[in-house]
Amino acid sequence: MSDHDHHDHHHHDHHHDHDHDHDHSELSAMDARVRALETILVEKGYVDPAALDVLIETYETKVGPHNGARVVAKSWIDPAYRARLLADATAAVAELGYAGRQGEHLVAVENTADTHNMVVCTLCSCYPWPVLGLPPVWYKSAPYRAKAVRDPRGVLADFGVTLSAGKAIKVWDSTAEIRYLVVPERPAGTEGWDEARLADLVTRDSMIGTGLPRAPGAAA
Amino acid sequence: MTYVTHADLGGRLGLGPVVPERDEPLFHAPWEARALALTLAMGATGSWNIDQSRAAREQQPGYLGMSYYEVWTGGLERLMADRGLVTAADLAAGRAVDPAKPVARVLTADIVPAVLARGGPTERQSSAPARFAVGDRVRTATMPEPKGHTRLPRYVQGKTGTVTHLHGVHVFADANATGAGEAPEWLYTVRFDGPELFGAEADPASSVSVDAWDSYLSPA
Repeated sequence: MSDHDHHDHHHHDHHHDHDHDHDHSELSAMDARVRALETILVEKGYVDPAALDVLIETYETKVGPHNGARVVAKSWIDPAYRARLLADATAAVAELGYAGRQGEHLVAVENTADTHNMVVCTLCSCYPWPVLGLPPVWYKSAPYRAKAVRDPRGVLADFGVTLSAGKAIKVWDSTAEIRYLVVPERPAGTEGWDEARLADLVTRDSMIGTGLPRAPGAAA
Repeated sequence: MTYVTHADLGGRLGLGPVVPERDEPLFHAPWEARALALTLAMGATGSWNIDQSRAAREQQPGYLGMSYYEVWTGGLERLMADRGLVTAADLAAGRAVDPAKPVARVLTADIVPAVLARGGPTERQSSAPARFAVGDRVRTATMPEPKGHTRLPRYVQGKTGTVTHLHGVHVFADANATGAGEAPEWLYTVRFDGPELFGAEADPASSVSVDAWDSYLSPA
């Protein structure tokens, strides 16, 4: 693929919607482009194909929102852990074995009766990988990045979430290497539940701030 | 020459609603997983830093029309081409035709877990006390003609807010993106009321916080 083809390709892409309703030919074009890149990089000795497989497997099976759900559930039943989480989230999350890339400097922000938190990265796709895994497409999309800072209540409406009118919304734009985790409010009706049962109520979106935890009756 | 980023989307109007995808898969095609892994593996070679990779991604003219893994793929190709790691002849052939250039490290499968767990912390030893304290009122810089990559979004430029957190001294993205060194600075979280950023139409009960390096701020 020449440089010229590259520019044409980008130009062509511009006419597509920025979600993933790509047609078959575009999928094939990207597939071929990335395959060629991988071939070149492996042949040049820059990358180890086995390492690529381990990287993918890590984010497919090990690192994901179940990690963050465990952190949140523990914070709901263990006040001392909650205090440590809010004081130094990097250290508190590491207690449960989660650390590293895109979570080197974590901050946990708690939802309360009068405050709701929402996390965005308006400049790219910064996201707390060790606790939430890889971000969903909507988090990286132009509409979310544009709207979250200007109209967070409107974003919540897009997600079907309505907050009580008096609740303040704090939006956190991840413009440096600090990564934010929302600690949602514990749902009513979960008194006496253990950590594992509570963790099932903690959705990914509730830890970004575009959703709320599941109600006890709706647990998966 | 003025630096052009296509990624500074905070507050932009007319991009439509956020459209979450129900039961979204982690990857929408196999090439997305390979593009992720290639990006991480090449990042681990130490041939560029994270701020240089963000700069390479955000300058692509077709940015708004691309899916995020297309953005990453294009950024990766640009970073490698700029350093001669991959040539136009390699890309045209879809295989390595020009000789490899040396890279500092190759990520092998066995060290992937350790490398991910270590991540890339950006906090550095502080050599001077912080200029601002929690509660200080500060005003952000304006950058009408940016000369390079910055992490101060346009929607928050020339605005007055309040320092809410000190995060220590961190690698300064704007300097690091030029390859001229880390030039670490104090990093703060600064909170702005919604109406300060977006006028009377903004929810007065909302606020937006950004992480801002010392260089971006002056006393208000």
